[in-house]
Amino acid sequence: MKFIRDIVEKAKVPFEKGGKLERFYYLFESVDTFLFVPNETTKIKGVQVRDAVDLKRFMMTVIIALLPALVFGTYNIGYQYYHAIGQEPASSWDMWWIGIQRVVPIIIVSYVFGLFIAEFAFSVVRKHPINEGYLVTGILIPLVMPPTIPLWQVALASVFAVVFAKEAFGGTGMNVLNVALVARAFLYFAYPTNISGDVWVYLGGHQTVDGFSGATPLALAAQTLESGQSVVQSFAAHGSYSLSNLFYGLIPGSIGETSVLMSLIGALILIATGVGSWKVIVSVFGGAYAMGLLLNLIGANQYMLMPAEYHLVLGGLAFGAVFMATDPVTASQTETGKWIYGFLIGVLTVIIRVLNPAYPEGIMLAILLMNVFAPLIDYYVVAANKKRRLKRATV
Amino acid sequence: MSKTVKLRKGFDINLAGKAENKISDSLRSRTYALKPTDFIGMQRPKALVAVGDNVKAGTPLLLDKQNEQVNYASPVSGEVVDVKRGEKRKLLEIVILADNEVEYESFNKYSVSDLAKLERDELKAQMLKAGVWPNIITRPFGVVADANDTPKSIFISAFDSSPLAPDYNVIFKGEDHAFQAGVSVLKKLTDGLVHVNVNGNDEVNPAFLNAEGTQVNKIIGKHPAGNVGVQIHHIDPIAKGDVVWTASPYGVIQIGKLFLEGKYDAAKIIALTGSEVSEPQYYKTYSGADVKTFTEGNLKSDHVRYVSGNVLTGESIGEGGHLGFYANQFTILPEGDYFDMFGWILPRFNKLSFHKAFGLFSFLNSTKKEYVLDTNTNGEPRAFVQSGAFEKVVPMDILPVHLLKAILAEDYDDMEALGIYEVIEEDFALCEFIDVSKHNVQSILREGLNLLQYS
Repeated sequence: MKFIRDIVEKAKVPFEKGGKLERFYYLFESVDTFLFVPNETTKIKGVQVRDAVDLKRFMMTVIIALLPALVFGTYNIGYQYYHAIGQEPASSWDMWWIGIQRVVPIIIVSYVFGLFIAEFAFSVVRKHPINEGYLVTGILIPLVMPPTIPLWQVALASVFAVVFAKEAFGGTGMNVLNVALVARAFLYFAYPTNISGDVWVYLGGHQTVDGFSGATPLALAAQTLESGQSVVQSFAAHGSYSLSNLFYGLIPGSIGETSVLMSLIGALILIATGVGSWKVIVSVFGGAYAMGLLLNLIGANQYMLMPAEYHLVLGGLAFGAVFMATDPVTASQTETGKWIYGFLIGVLTVIIRVLNPAYPEGIMLAILLMNVFAPLIDYYVVAANKKRRLKRATV
Repeated sequence: MSKTVKLRKGFDINLAGKAENKISDSLRSRTYALKPTDFIGMQRPKALVAVGDNVKAGTPLLLDKQNEQVNYASPVSGEVVDVKRGEKRKLLEIVILADNEVEYESFNKYSVSDLAKLERDELKAQMLKAGVWPNIITRPFGVVADANDTPKSIFISAFDSSPLAPDYNVIFKGEDHAFQAGVSVLKKLTDGLVHVNVNGNDEVNPAFLNAEGTQVNKIIGKHPAGNVGVQIHHIDPIAKGDVVWTASPYGVIQIGKLFLEGKYDAAKIIALTGSEVSEPQYYKTYSGADVKTFTEGNLKSDHVRYVSGNVLTGESIGEGGHLGFYANQFTILPEGDYFDMFGWILPRFNKLSFHKAFGLFSFLNSTKKEYVLDTNTNGEPRAFVQSGAFEKVVPMDILPVHLLKAILAEDYDDMEALGIYEVIEEDFALCEFIDVSKHNVQSILREGLNLLQYS
């Protein structure tokens, strides 16, 4: 250890003040602090000891919570691939292999362009340390992409999101919108053909077997508006969209979003560690369910009549509720606000899904919209706190 | 009407090195110091003595040119051996080499019945002159009180919930008489109540329980339950324009002794605590004592930090340092200036964390487990990301993050509206401890208070 430390100390010299590579100091710092927790001690005055936690560990906790969804998503790509082309894989390893071939390059591209190019460039120009926020964003972006996404689009979206959604607002901790969702929304509006329609199953150039439909449940549900068939029946006709299948997630969809179960495992990790707000997660589900019930009552068309519990297992609602809505920077910052924020995300998701089927996936837009409104919610919660205090004032 | 306040929020930092219930008076410090830096808000300290002067206990050593009526007195008798100054000749410390026997300046002495007849102004005059006035702290701002104010109430926190804090049942044992006298004096300085807040979960020194003329409130909860600011918030909150005074039991007893015995008595029982002390225990000494007397030959290692006060709000004073005016404990900690390879991800059982983030397993340990924590910051400063954590350790109806952001934005109206008048550093100290992003929360808060106080 001492030996490695000595190498780092030696390498540090040109990066220090007055050194040749001074302007790249924060690049060096990020590598240095990755290897070693620094020898910094508390200040003369103030707390003399500090908590064992730091931002790196905080962010790593989220990554660990994402792993079940990532691993399952990788397997699911292969599973859907063989299902679509109508072949039996020789072993389950084949399915893994198809998935790994798709997922690993997307993750690498996301990190290389988002972190190593965009963030590093800003840290050099702006002279601020490289925060650990992108560790999480870099894995969230691949998970909300369809498996067929072209790599250059991942690169473009990552850079766009980091530059315009985060660094333009001042960097980690300052962004208004969830960075990973901006990446997805960017592609959604810039290259709609690559992120909607028949993109949810990776085919690798093969033809689908006869009778295979790669339509996502959300797309099927939206089609009932025209066909007039009940949503549940149309799911049943498709074959693999039973309620339990939708929950387990062996269905076409974005890489990490299909399995509600994996998202819930992630939720358990986030809640147990206290890193994600349980209030947000619970209230998103609550809001979606409540809105689903309300639409059931109105019942103007088949989609509205879909049983409310289906809303909870469709599309990326669970993934969005657990990993996107809980982003502490873009969510409501007050505890009361978190309830309202989450609930409205759930409500809006269902409204967008049912009333505006042009955008089958409502959660992305609902979260982005509520990101914008979160400061307003906080404003009123904070104002209430001020008001309580003002009541006591005599001057 | 006595109140009981139950607090659910907070966090106890259970450290190794609690003082054993044993008081030693065998060790006598050679030097004692008075440090103007202990008095927050003292703008222009002026030394009243020079090197070589002889002083008695109670002789004024310095005053604040902004507020010349308050004397800051020598704790012991002896010779002034050093007047330390820093940059721009800022006065840092006046050091006294103590006599073997303490000689006292004499002040007016009263019987209990005479004391009851004294007028408010007579009381104040003697307190200001004899050096006990700095025991009275004013809220808002947490600075030495302005003698021209009349507070709406006076608060005394009769327990200390901070890490390794001395037990008030030990250090104030048998001081009933002086405490009562001190309370009677304070009672005359306010038109409102004198509150004595005791720990509702623990045995209480009868001196506090039976103090006449006070309202005794019970506070139940984890740290910062013992912080007087938290208590004020729940019992008689401060609004804009209010003035509340606070005093420690030590200060009250010192005031009592001044009037009963006619002397400035800076005798103090202190706790020597911390994981690096071989035999942590209590010592009888005087205010401003030097730390080395107690630590020499009594430490487990030599790479340590000497802290005057507790680990949350204390000050590192170095090996030759002296006890702060308001402190009644030394904490000796291991220094943490080492590199920890992959320390940000390796599992940790022995490093205490309020959080349960991945690999931080301290929450699995028994609450009785005592931790050895060093001074490493355990991470580097980062952008503010986490929300909802500070709120869990501030048991007040205050939004700490919003208040801190208002301070950073220098938004005076917001600072006021969000309750900055109700808090001082110690109330936000736990926020600084648990902060994932390693901000210096306490110094940010003081900047905000300074902005308002001097605007």
